[in-house]
Amino acid sequence: MRLSPDELVFWRHGFFVLNSTIVTTWALMLVMTVAAKLITRKLATEGRISRWQGFLEIVVTTIQKQITEVGLHHPEKYLGFIGTLFLFIAVSNLCAILPWYEPPTGSLSTTSALAISVFIAVQLFGIEKQGVGGYLNSYLKPTFIMLPFNIISEVSRTFALAIRLFGNIMSGAMIVGILLTITPLIFPIFMNLLGLLTGMVQAYIFSILATVYIAAATRTHGE
Amino acid sequence: MESTSLIAIVSIITAGVTIAVGSIAPALGEGRAVSTALSALAQQPDAATTITRTLFVGLAMIESVAIYCLVISMILIFANPFWNHAIAQVTGK
Repeated sequence: MRLSPDELVFWRHGFFVLNSTIVTTWALMLVMTVAAKLITRKLATEGRISRWQGFLEIVVTTIQKQITEVGLHHPEKYLGFIGTLFLFIAVSNLCAILPWYEPPTGSLSTTSALAISVFIAVQLFGIEKQGVGGYLNSYLKPTFIMLPFNIISEVSRTFALAIRLFGNIMSGAMIVGILLTITPLIFPIFMNLLGLLTGMVQAYIFSILATVYIAAATRTHGE
Repeated sequence: MESTSLIAIVSIITAGVTIAVGSIAPALGEGRAVSTALSALAQQPDAATTITRTLFVGLAMIESVAIYCLVISMILIFANPFWNHAIAQVTGK
C-alpha cells in the first residue's frame, strides 16, 4: 500500500525524479490556467454574461467576502495568494472522484511547500505593512521574554498547517483503500463522499488560517 | 527473539495505543465545542454565519490533533523507519 503519491515514479534520471505528485500538480495547474484564460477571454459587463463568467464571479466575490470578514480591509491585495491556495487545494481534493487520480495534496511534499509559502508570505506582508523594524518588534510583544515562544509558535503552526492537510487527505484515501478489502460493496462510496466533504473543508480551513495569520501579522497597534 | 519481530510487536501495539488514546481527547473537545456552538446558535440565530465559520475552523484545529496521532500510527505500521533500518542491517551483512 502506498502512503503517498510520491512513491509512484514515472521517470528518473540522476537527481531528477518525475513522480505522480509532480505530474498531477502540473496537470491541475495547466487545466486551471487554461480554463481561467478561456473563460476570461470574453468578459462582458452588460447584456448577457456567460454562465462560466457568472460562476467565476461568484467564486471571486465569495473569497473576497471571506477575507474581509476575517479582518483584512483590502482583500484585492491578498486575493491572488489566498485565492490561489484555496482554488488549488479545492480542485486537487475534488478531483478525487476521477478514477486513478491520486490527490497531490495527499503528499507531504506538496503540503509542506504550501505551508512554507504561507510562512514566507506572512513575513513579507507583515514587513510590507509595518516596516522591518516594526514587524520584528512584534516578536517582542508583550515582553522580550516571549521571543523564543513567538518564534516556536511561528514554526510549529507552519508544521501543523502542512501535517493537517496531508493527514486529512491521506487518511481519506487510506480509509477507502482499507474498506475496499473489508466491505467492498457500497460502504466505500459513502466514505468517498465524506472524503470529498473533508477535502473541501480542509481547503477552506487552510486558506482561512493563512488569512488569519496574515491578518495577525499586518495588524498595526492603532487598529 | 530477533530484532525485527520485536520491532514489529512494539510498533503494532504502539500504533494501536496511539490512535486509541489520541482520539479520546479530541472527541471530548469536539463534543464540547459543538454543544457550546449549538446553544450559542439557539440563543443568537442572527450570528449563524460567524458562529458556523468559527466552529468549523475550531473543529479542524481540534481534529488535527487526532490526525497527528493517525499519521504517527500510519508511519509506525506502513513506513516504520526502525523496521527498514533493521532489515537493511540484516540484508547488508
